[in-house]
Amino acid sequence: MSNPRIAAAFAKGKAFIPFVTCGDPTLETTKEIVHALSDAGASIIELGIPFSDPTAEGPVIQGANLRALSGGVDTDKIFAMAKELSAEIDTPLVFMTYGNVVYHYGIERFAKNAADAGICGLILPDVPYEEKEEFAPILASEGIDLISMVAPTSEDRIAMIAAEAQGFIYLVSSLGVTGTRSEITTDLGSIIEKIREVTDTPVAIGFGISNPEQAGKMAGLADGAIVGSAIVRIVEEHGEKAAPEVGAFAKSLVEAVRKA
Amino acid sequence: MSNGRFGVHGGQYIPETLMNAVIELEEAYNKFKDDPQFKAELKDLLDNYANRPSLLYYAERMTKDLGGAKIYLKREDLNHTGAHKINNALGQALLAKKMGKTRLIAETGAGQHGVATATVAALLNMECHVYMGVEDMERQALNVYRMRLMGTEVHGVSSGTGTLKDAVSECMREWTNRIEDTHYLLGSCMGPHPFPEIVRDFQSVIGNEIIDQCMEAEGRYPDYVLACVGGGSNAIGTFYPFIEHEDTKLIGCEAAGRGIDTFETAATINTGSLGIFHGMKSYFCQDEFGQIAPVYSISAGLDYPGIGPEHAWLHDIGRAQYVPVTDEEAVCAFEYLSRTEGIIPAIESAHAVAHAMKIAPTLSKDQIMVITLSGRGDKDCVAMARYRGEDINE
Repeated sequence: MSNPRIAAAFAKGKAFIPFVTCGDPTLETTKEIVHALSDAGASIIELGIPFSDPTAEGPVIQGANLRALSGGVDTDKIFAMAKELSAEIDTPLVFMTYGNVVYHYGIERFAKNAADAGICGLILPDVPYEEKEEFAPILASEGIDLISMVAPTSEDRIAMIAAEAQGFIYLVSSLGVTGTRSEITTDLGSIIEKIREVTDTPVAIGFGISNPEQAGKMAGLADGAIVGSAIVRIVEEHGEKAAPEVGAFAKSLVEAVRKA
Repeated sequence: MSNGRFGVHGGQYIPETLMNAVIELEEAYNKFKDDPQFKAELKDLLDNYANRPSLLYYAERMTKDLGGAKIYLKREDLNHTGAHKINNALGQALLAKKMGKTRLIAETGAGQHGVATATVAALLNMECHVYMGVEDMERQALNVYRMRLMGTEVHGVSSGTGTLKDAVSECMREWTNRIEDTHYLLGSCMGPHPFPEIVRDFQSVIGNEIIDQCMEAEGRYPDYVLACVGGGSNAIGTFYPFIEHEDTKLIGCEAAGRGIDTFETAATINTGSLGIFHGMKSYFCQDEFGQIAPVYSISAGLDYPGIGPEHAWLHDIGRAQYVPVTDEEAVCAFEYLSRTEGIIPAIESAHAVAHAMKIAPTLSKDQIMVITLSGRGDKDCVAMARYRGEDINE
């Protein structure tokens, strides 16, 4: 069973899914940014819980993780912020973090507190299909989807992953880590075709999407587009005054995605 | 549970992008590990290039001076490139070549694994890139030069603490970038399955030789074997052939840095807790929210916040004991072995020597102890002099 709020978000049309690192540079700023993203029309918002050693991230999000942690943010403070946000906005929230942040906190305790904070899904880039049984059933019992990732290298694994996917499928656009790219050359169409053969679960493309044109193109191929580093870079540049800037950028992305 | 478990430890906690690469590696390894031609080629390289078997040397003066157990040193420092790292580098590079890979990437802490990888890349005519923390590049400038001399490109890693863990993270990132022609030649018995198993198997030549050599010299197995542990590759290579032989006590010596009661330590078993990092479940130094702790040791090669999953399991089942050794104890052992036997050990290996100095006097003279001397200490002389307040030019 997938989370109904995630399913509803995709039912409204092509989805724009922005990402922001919690606590970069402060949790107060993150809250303002999430409001700005919600006002701009984001379909789902990814909240990154920072990790000291984010091995799937490029320099931009690595920097955000570092700034957030040195600012003193921790998982409990992020739960408290998410709970406040859930009471204030309707946009579904999902967490993105690394396996250890959840595992060391206690998977059951994490799932319970995340559900209490209104979280609908969880993305763990270092927990592949082979390791998901340790996490997914516990999260599912609290109504939280563990989002599956498909990569350009997945090939014969696509059907297996897609068949068990919950919420939406995070299709990684390119090889490498997160970060903006001038062009995306993977044959995403054929990957999406293989996914469609086994499931109706929506597909959102992420990694490397940095402007409205790319976002529109990716949303055209799939059911949605995920934008992370390009947003985090605005936060890096504008710091505590980033919310209006992020909001304006998000509006241009929402427009492009809706037209797709 | 996924493949590659040692009790609860191990597994494959890596991005989906890398999954087919580790599956391909596992299939290739299973195909070649028992292949007579592969084994013959590797043995030829080990014997005729790396100078195996390494000596099992009876440390007579040390034995007499400490007045207890009879002490032997397993001289991995006498291998080509000066450390045990060459055993695994040769094995994995040969495997990578069989898989059709033309390019190697590797992380390094002290630079020993980087040098070993650069060496085999030169020998087998492969492109090579080594990732090394900027802090370590400064601590081990000579090894940086050696790698560059052999045609390897050394990339400084400034993220995080600029040490071994950051070099591993950067290698994992780099591997997701370019998989098709690239093998990640991981240097320790850690990371996602099948790396802990592959590295253990290629390093087990150490323990297997110890058994043969001890049988020849003493007619029996040793009572104690000691090795230093960071990620734990020389230790697992030493221990593995002894696991079934329960009369031999296995002792891993962790880097306690300034002490396990301080924050400046890298003693994972003694101060860490269960976690998931760098592709594996094992013990890690971390805070209450699972953030990996900045660790510290005078030894760049042991300055790592985790430990290989098989060691974590050997600790859980009580088959091996893991003891902390401080910087000061290791430096004293570095000086002691130099003075007593005329052998300058790597500061990493000096951690094992230091623990031997503590326990050998408490044992009877008919007990046999083997210490694996994982590397030679030339690379550490400048830093050791500095530790004692003396500034020498390289």
